Amino acid sequence: MTSTTPLIEPGRFPAGRLAFPHAHLTGIGHLERHEILFLLAAAEEWVKLNREGEKRREILAGRTIINAFFENSTRTLLSFEIAGKRLGADVVNMAAATSSLKKGETLLDTAITLSAMRPDAIVIRHGSSGAPQLIAQKVDCPVVNAGDGSHEHPTQGLLDALALREALKRRGDASEDFTGLTVTICGDILHSRVARSNILCLQAMGASVRLCAPPALMPAGIEAMGVEPFYDFDAALDGVDVVMMLRLQTERMAGRFIPSAREYHHLYGLTRSRLANAASHALVMHPGPMNRGVEIDSEVADMIDRSIITQQVEMGVAIRMACLDVLTRERRGVEGWS
Amino acid sequence: MKQVTPLTITGGTLVTPKGHLDGAVRLEGGLIAALGPQVRPGEGDTVIDARGKLVAPGLVDLGVFAVDKPAFHFGGITRAALMPDQSPPLDYPSRVNYIAKSGKPDLWVHPLAAATRSLQGEELAEIALMKEAGARGVATGRRWIADSGLMLRMLQYAAMLDLVVVAHPEDAGLAGEAAASAGEIATRLGLPSAPAEAETLALARDIALAEMSGARVHFRQVTTSAGFDLVRAAKKRGVNVTCGITPAHFMLSDLATADFRTFARVSPPLRSEADRQAARDAIGEGVVDVIASGHDPRGPEDKRLPFADAEPGVAGAETLLAMTLNLVRDGVIDSARAFEHLATNPARLLGVSAGALVEGFEADIALVDPDAPWVVDRTKMAATADNTPFDGQGAQGRVRALIKGGVVIER
Repeated sequence: MTSTTPLIEPGRFPAGRLAFPHAHLTGIGHLERHEILFLLAAAEEWVKLNREGEKRREILAGRTIINAFFENSTRTLLSFEIAGKRLGADVVNMAAATSSLKKGETLLDTAITLSAMRPDAIVIRHGSSGAPQLIAQKVDCPVVNAGDGSHEHPTQGLLDALALREALKRRGDASEDFTGLTVTICGDILHSRVARSNILCLQAMGASVRLCAPPALMPAGIEAMGVEPFYDFDAALDGVDVVMMLRLQTERMAGRFIPSAREYHHLYGLTRSRLANAASHALVMHPGPMNRGVEIDSEVADMIDRSIITQQVEMGVAIRMACLDVLTRERRGVEGWS
Repeated sequence: MKQVTPLTITGGTLVTPKGHLDGAVRLEGGLIAALGPQVRPGEGDTVIDARGKLVAPGLVDLGVFAVDKPAFHFGGITRAALMPDQSPPLDYPSRVNYIAKSGKPDLWVHPLAAATRSLQGEELAEIALMKEAGARGVATGRRWIADSGLMLRMLQYAAMLDLVVVAHPEDAGLAGEAAASAGEIATRLGLPSAPAEAETLALARDIALAEMSGARVHFRQVTTSAGFDLVRAAKKRGVNVTCGITPAHFMLSDLATADFRTFARVSPPLRSEADRQAARDAIGEGVVDVIASGHDPRGPEDKRLPFADAEPGVAGAETLLAMTLNLVRDGVIDSARAFEHLATNPARLLGVSAGALVEGFEADIALVDPDAPWVVDRTKMAATADNTPFDGQGAQGRVRALIKGGVVIER
């Protein structure tokens, strides 16, 4: 099934809410391949809109979206806020630093409080794996996971897939999925929700996934997810089509997990010479924010023909618009969705 | 309440250390006066007809975290050894003394004294004074004592006092803040995890220290295949160690934590399916001495949280017997062995004359209908909290009457 048109044609996906029967988006792990493709197709329309001068639509006019971020975030919060506003919704942000959590309120009480304000969607980021699922059980509106602990960050997985598909399309590869593609994800896999969502999303779309990390940052039993783990970055890069670098948190550079940032760069930094091990056309991705000179060199991050890091950010807004649109269709009474 | 009238239980199947025996048991003055096929009720005895039931010793639950009488009585538990992890901890003689009296007359609570002050693992607590105040053992609490020198001195001291030491074998450095066992499930869920070898490392050290000190060490929970190997080998060498397990670890594997079910958050964390099978084998083989509930009722403020933020623990008292009887139905152990694990062995470790149908022992008796079917329903539990990982599951085996010191407990 291939398509070059960005619009969702009739008959391409199951009709109405059968195309995406989930009440919440808590992880890629719950999604079927065709559901992922449906969200990507929906996002493609928003990509076009976002490139126009007049960017606002009113499909969520009068609706309220709460971004409840229990963990600091700048870009994901901004991306969700822009996405909501471009759809015409009233968007409010609740940041952990200003929240009543500081006053000892439990997570579920906070969730119930937010729910009582009758939002039409709640976007949640939380430092503990599973927090959005827990909240989703207690609130009356769709919940979007914007990153939970080391578990999942589904919109990041989706936006990476969309950015990659768009980049391949620009090169003349019109495939709908990633069959035949090999992707290497390198970095702190152990603590990375981005890695988990990407593994699941890339595999659902047909790609082979390699992982690369030092032993201390490689989770136990990861082979069971159908990936190929490597400690040697050069070997992991050999002939791959895509290199996805992960951010190394500064607090993990100081001796507990790896000896130093310098040594990490020596073994796992993506340099121009190291990139030469990958296929000659290999694309470079990074979920941001980057530690230039640690996991990725500036000259690689800024390679115009190879790096799609800024496109990832652009696709993020479109993906989040698509998710907010699709998840609120039932309550908005969109035909076929209620 | 002292027993006034002698009580004879007739017509049931007596569960004795030598196996099943048809006959009667006569209870007098709070003790078991006589038992066997020839025993008849005396003049003026109260008589209970136990036809179709097992007449078993009341359960002795070694290592609970709360005194929860309704749950214990539902589960047939007449004695419970309370872990020192209380607020404040049982590290002071007067607190131990208070706890030792707290359940009487219809439940006897045997306090386990904190091995170290505030359970911090740094300074020895007043173990001898706590023994005089009623402590029946010493426990390291929910945690391992990382300082090997201190652990050795504590064991030597406990050996001198002839107190069993209830240890938690989980290497603190490896375990860290882990909420799960390292493996596929923890990796998929993105949970902080520790290798199951955290148990092996701690066991190896504590077995060596037990050997050096001559102390009686009881590992409250051993949960891994490699851990059972170490205990088996130590016993073979004649080291004075015993070990226990709770039903969660022989009924469930880490698969039960999928979907972040916090009722399946336990300490040590649930293990792999291979380890669960090894646990069943170890129980069958006799490497495991004690099956206990680890009763730890936790309300929503401790459990309705993201998985890693939730407190570990299971409200297990009500399901202890039924889950253990699963092992009987599966042919892992026979029912006489089940009550050895549930009553006789823990009583022996605590040094109390109870836990078995033996003349002269305390008249603590449970009348058990071993096949009675029921469904575990967390909304109908007797415990102070509903955190059971077995919610909705079918179970077999119910306590129909419970007798403590010769007196029938009203339930």
